[in-house]
Amino acid sequence: MAASLLNKDRPPVFCPGCSHDRITGALDQAFQKLGLAGSQVAIVSDIGCSGLFDTFFHTHALHGLHGRALTYAAGIKLARPGLQVVVTMGDGGQGIGGAHLLAACRRNLNLTMLVLNNFNFGMTGGQFSVTTPSEARVGSGFLNQLEKPLDICQVARSAGAAYVKRCSSYQSGLADDIAEAIAFEGFSLVDIWGICPGRYSRQNPLTPKIIAESMAAMPPADGVVEENRRPEYGSVYRKTAKGQKTVHPPHVEQQFQPPGTGRHEILLLGNAGQRIITAGEILCLAGMTAGLQATQKNEYNITVLRGPSVCEVILSSDRISFTGLGQPDVVIVLSREGVDRRKSLFAELHPQSLVLKATDTQIPDCSGAVHLLDFKKMGVKPADRALASLAVLAKAGKIIDIEMLKAALWLRFTDKVQDSVLGLVERVGSNN
Amino acid sequence: MAPRFLEGNEAVAMGALTAGCRFFAGYPITPATTIFNAMLRLLPATGGVCIQGEDEIASMGYCLGASMAGWKSMTATSGPGISLYSEQISFAVGSEIPIVIVDVQRLGPSTGSATRGADGDIQFLRWGNSGGLPVIVLAPVDAADCYLLTIHAFNLAETYRCPVFLASNKEIAMTRESVDLDALHVPDIIDRKPPLDSASFQPFQVSEKRRTPYFLPIGGSVPVRQTSSTHGADGYITTDAKQISENQWRLKKKLEAAVEKFTFFDEQAAESDTLVISYGVTARAAADATDLCRRAGRSVGLLVLKTLWPVPAQMIRNKAERYRRVVVVEMNLGQYVQEIQRVLADRQVEFYGQMDGQLITPIRIKEVIDGR
Ligand code: SF4
Repeated sequence: MAASLLNKDRPPVFCPGCSHDRITGALDQAFQKLGLAGSQVAIVSDIGCSGLFDTFFHTHALHGLHGRALTYAAGIKLARPGLQVVVTMGDGGQGIGGAHLLAACRRNLNLTMLVLNNFNFGMTGGQFSVTTPSEARVGSGFLNQLEKPLDICQVARSAGAAYVKRCSSYQSGLADDIAEAIAFEGFSLVDIWGICPGRYSRQNPLTPKIIAESMAAMPPADGVVEENRRPEYGSVYRKTAKGQKTVHPPHVEQQFQPPGTGRHEILLLGNAGQRIITAGEILCLAGMTAGLQATQKNEYNITVLRGPSVCEVILSSDRISFTGLGQPDVVIVLSREGVDRRKSLFAELHPQSLVLKATDTQIPDCSGAVHLLDFKKMGVKPADRALASLAVLAKAGKIIDIEMLKAALWLRFTDKVQDSVLGLVERVGSNN
Repeated sequence: MAPRFLEGNEAVAMGALTAGCRFFAGYPITPATTIFNAMLRLLPATGGVCIQGEDEIASMGYCLGASMAGWKSMTATSGPGISLYSEQISFAVGSEIPIVIVDVQRLGPSTGSATRGADGDIQFLRWGNSGGLPVIVLAPVDAADCYLLTIHAFNLAETYRCPVFLASNKEIAMTRESVDLDALHVPDIIDRKPPLDSASFQPFQVSEKRRTPYFLPIGGSVPVRQTSSTHGADGYITTDAKQISENQWRLKKKLEAAVEKFTFFDEQAAESDTLVISYGVTARAAADATDLCRRAGRSVGLLVLKTLWPVPAQMIRNKAERYRRVVVVEMNLGQYVQEIQRVLADRQVEFYGQMDGQLITPIRIKEVIDGR
């Protein structure tokens, strides 16, 4: 057995008869049984009387916010897998941080959670918590009578906890139970029932015997939950992470001279499924292959498979500061939904603005130079319209040219897709 | 090296990696989600950890735990998440936990518009902690800044043991642009300092010369205490009013007295009576607006603030000295202009703001400069 980890300078300060006292002693014994030194343990305590626990021990300690102890504990454990991390939390914090309990059970990170369950918020005046029996008299008036108490063990079990144990503060062997939970490889929860003489048992008769009887009437929770047994999260994470590859977006080398200078703004108006955003990216990459600066702004509905898709691209031989479009030099019109998003723009276009318009899409009165694209005749599928339009734009050779476009496709695609997009550009670029 | 085609959020993630970030916890929220996506691509493969929190509060909690265990940590969200982070932010402020928090701002209030930009959280970031103690807020203008200022944010979080915010904006975060990160001047990477003598270590001990406590990690060979309660140098609760007061003043001065060491800005000085002050994505329109003015025969000065909090008052006063009139432009209904009015109380300070999810255009800013 290792030495006690109790902090001799700071003895427990609980109310006389408080069951937390017993749990403090049992936890220390558990540490000793496991032969743990203070530097091998972190106690993460919650708020309330259970939040005092960290101060009674000579271990690493983190005392955070109410209900959130499990979150800090997980962060610590992920960064320090070798550390034994024990969380002490009352039934009050349990209710506040319910989402974190569910997450911890599902995740199965090797933490131990001691629920110091005394059926009320002791420190704040005995208000009801998630475990207060409906018939109890507590500091919340009649409110607890209207709600059903929660069985933390059943919740933990159904959320996937692999180790769930219900204990009484008064049972013999509590230290062994806690030690077993700490030694368990995975998330372990010990629901320790106790008495709060300061607040709860003044109005509600509660004795070790009553606790034992009540516990016996509950569904069993006696340690390992076979159906939830599985490898520990941290070890699986580290193993899986080893096989991952870090991928950075590619560098784009300048290979060509740009066809023109100055700033060019291109607007693509389409709908979901026309690969508008991808076309915008290709256009930018094409510009970058000739050393141009590029920006791309996208607009689409949160329902990504339906609705308008709008892309604003700027290519410039100078630094691009403002990323919004004024009067675009090129508008590629591929569907009505996109047009509807920019209706007012058409009447204000410069006469020399080029409008590449699908023959089946209507636009408002327009002051730009309209060039019709008959995709049916060109044999272009809806999903390829945007890319085909880029090929037409490249063929005009003012902002990008065909070589730049092809180089962008080389960068962006591989294998079969690359062959097919290059083929499309080839075909449209030579026919149109 | 050649440029890459990146959105601001990707540049943030790459900056974090360069800065030595090893831990990221976040959850999906537009327009910050792609930071999470990028961190997931970058961190696990390099020995770090990226996890998806069950909610905002948890994401911050995971980061604070990992940071206390010695790992540089970052999280990212948008306005609706910052409000939920708030209590954890206060913990990081009061208990001196280094963390970088990216706020990719979107149009509020509340759920607002997930895919529209705004700079509506600028005062919220400063005052969103209980106790009202200062925080550091840096504001990027473009993807290059997202990269560089993220590195600076980590350096500052490590140096001063505090939360550092990157006040990004959907319009920077989700706009992709060509940027050559390798051509940027990257600062030296700073790590939190351990004490010279760890045997007598006290987690919040400071000295005359050093306002920031030394750091030892939870999980190291010396047991370390951390607490969200009002504490003394030893990390235990204290009720000693003198000790409490000294600590609060230290937390305030620790950042406010040091702001000159991390005052980031860009400047285009001009022989003119007018200075435009802006920050974030709006500064890009302001730069184009001053170009328009110059071409129209009127030169105008421009000051782009990249350190917003603590307010770099001395720098702002110096830069504004030669101008009679100051025009503040920001993507909200008037937040940082209040600081400018306070700092430049003897100047004529005018304001233009817009909060409709649209970028403020250079033409509109020129009109404001021209007094229209
Ligand atoms: S209030 Fe209750 S839980 Fe708190 S110390 Fe007193 S008896 Fe124990």
